[in-house]
Amino acid sequence: MKNKEAVIIGAGPAGLKAAKQLLEAGAHVTIIDRNKKLGGQLVKQTHKFFGSEKQYASFRGIDILEILVQGLKPFEDRLEILNETSVVGLYKDKVVACVKHDNFFKIKAKSIIMATGASEKHLPFENNDLPGIYAAGAVQTLMNEYGVKPGDKVLMVGSGNIGLIVSYQLLQAGVDVVALVEAAPQISGYLVHASKIKRLGVDILMQTSIKRAIGKDQVEQVEIWELDEVWQGIPGTERVLGVDTVCISVGLAPLTELLMQIGADVEYIRELGGNVPRIDFRYETSIKGVYACGDVVGIEEASSAMVEGAMAGIHAAHDLGYTVEDESRKLKVLQEELKFLRSGPHAAKVRAGYTKLEVKT
Amino acid sequence: MIEKDGVAPLEMVMKEFPDDKEVLINPKAIIECYKEIPCNPCETSCPFDAIHVGEDINARPKIDFDKCTGCGICVYNCPGLAISVRQLQGDKAILKIPYEFVPRPEKGSLVNVVNRNGDVITEGSVKRVQEGKNQKQTCLLHVEIHRDFIYDAITIEVPRGS
Amino acid sequence: MRIKNHPILSFDTEETIEFSYNGKKLRGVEGDTIASALHASGIKKLSESIHLKRPRGFYCAIGNCASCNMVVDGVPNVRTCITPLKPGMVVNNQVGKGKVYEE
Ligand SMILES: Cc1cc2nc3c(=O)[nH]c(=O)nc-3n(C[C@H](O)[C@H](O)[C@H](O)COP(=O)(O)OP(=O)(O)OC[C@H]3O[C@@H](n4cnc5c(N)ncnc54)[C@H](O)[C@@H]3O)c2cc1C
Ligand code: SF4
Ligand code: SF4
Ligand code: FES
Repeated sequence: MKNKEAVIIGAGPAGLKAAKQLLEAGAHVTIIDRNKKLGGQLVKQTHKFFGSEKQYASFRGIDILEILVQGLKPFEDRLEILNETSVVGLYKDKVVACVKHDNFFKIKAKSIIMATGASEKHLPFENNDLPGIYAAGAVQTLMNEYGVKPGDKVLMVGSGNIGLIVSYQLLQAGVDVVALVEAAPQISGYLVHASKIKRLGVDILMQTSIKRAIGKDQVEQVEIWELDEVWQGIPGTERVLGVDTVCISVGLAPLTELLMQIGADVEYIRELGGNVPRIDFRYETSIKGVYACGDVVGIEEASSAMVEGAMAGIHAAHDLGYTVEDESRKLKVLQEELKFLRSGPHAAKVRAGYTKLEVKT
Repeated sequence: MIEKDGVAPLEMVMKEFPDDKEVLINPKAIIECYKEIPCNPCETSCPFDAIHVGEDINARPKIDFDKCTGCGICVYNCPGLAISVRQLQGDKAILKIPYEFVPRPEKGSLVNVVNRNGDVITEGSVKRVQEGKNQKQTCLLHVEIHRDFIYDAITIEVPRGS
Repeated sequence: MRIKNHPILSFDTEETIEFSYNGKKLRGVEGDTIASALHASGIKKLSESIHLKRPRGFYCAIGNCASCNMVVDGVPNVRTCITPLKPGMVVNNQVGKGKVYEE
């Protein structure tokens, strides 16, 4: 079993920023990701991002990814990248079990940074397993990574930023988005994203959901219906739409299984998306030398994931005995950035979640 | 209602225009960013310091029409595609709008212009198709319409499911 | 159903990789996975569920859910959404735990 210094699991914006800090401080870093391309969610994001200059706002996700990867180039001699490698086990003595192309191997880390992001939730309805029903992320992968249209006519379920943005990306790929339905009484993502698709003719329907999908071997139609205040379907309001694709975008859940396996304290916090690790203000979990950052500690944005990643990286480097230049000032600046990113009305849920988790933000 | 369908009602839109319509003899940026979100590229991209968000990046952007030259730089830097530049010229209005679809309309062609609801309201003529490396693949379309539609027009129709 | 023109991205659309699917000859592009190549040819049903024999397509596209499992070169339970397409591959629908599907 090979010994490694800092092992980062997940190469999204959080993991890549953590890597940068560790490398700058002088550490040897191993980044593991099951994808071929580094970047996590950024690989599929063709739209320009929000935030401020510090988080590369107004650059497209795919271009931010390029910037982050380029930032690691000067340190190539201390950086090892294990792509197409899934972490399948994590043990208390910081042993990381990996699988790459059917090969199983273990490595032993001095410190571990968990930046595994999140997985997409599904929705119960009749025939929800028919071919043609996809998670929003799968639709993005198919269209933005492989250049294949998921179908010709789409029903989007969910009005969070992901549902709104993927609808826009579908239109850009030449796919018709017939309607977007949302169970809540109000659009949950940013209004500017909703306006973008509405002006292009996408029907946006509140308090409406999918009742069932119809089709033999794949989706041929869907039935939607209106919901009452307690989210129950109202009989008599059913409508049939001719679509061949249903795109589900009803939220994300942090990928915390590995942290549970290693025995880190985990708590269910609805506002943060599900089970999240207990972390302290240094992004360390209940297990010494194991840190967590990004969507895995609570569903948020790439902007906040980058800031958290940088902070986790700095603390990990410090604990490994490296001197981080200007450490306290750097941390203070990052803390400020995070405070502003989380101070708006859209971040109310996240703030409530962290209050419950008793993390100082 | 904007919270339910993303359509800003006209009263809301009008508040973002200069009080005195004469100001639009010169091109001015009209910002339609109605809700606080953590975002400020409009402020940081404007070379004339005409947009202010401030230290708290969740604040809504405010424009100073005296400083705005109508250059259009904020239009293609805004990730929300929430800004357009508008100008009155005789009985015409000229719009500079962000456009992220292919094929691009050709210069001189006639296009269907839509309102915030997605309904076609008038025809416009494409005066210029502005592309540039710093625009990061967001094209700036200069579209001429009748001045009556200066408040209602928002973008051009995109063929669905092509 | 390949995207030919895209405002932001550009894709290779030349279908040069030949493979077989349930005995039929199909083609995919360099960089395809098995599932993306099938989808580009309009094939969405990849398997049938174990008990109820319900049709299954892919769902997550990142190797998480197993709903895209197919029989590839005689090997069952291959996650086709993350398996790169190679020339000459023999791909078959899977029924249940790994029988080949017959039309
Ligand atoms: C459609 C869409 C639009 C978005 N738009 C914006 C936006 O405009 N602005 C913004 O700030 N944010 C946006 N986001 C959110 C942003 O993408 C995420 O918050 C961010 O990517 C989270 O970063 P992360 O590093 O925590 O996780 P991720 O980016 O999810 O990366 C996690 C990585 O971990 C890897 N991984 C997980 N488990 C394992 C394992 N067991 N073994 C190996 N590797 C593993 C995954 O393959 C992945 O690469 C958007 C998200 C989506 C889906
Ligand atoms: S149009 Fe030009 S001058 Fe006016 S606000 Fe935008 S960037 Fe500034
Ligand atoms: S850049 Fe656009 S979306 Fe962002 S704050 Fe400014 S106007 Fe709003
Ligand atoms: S679609 Fe989920 S594993 Fe392939």
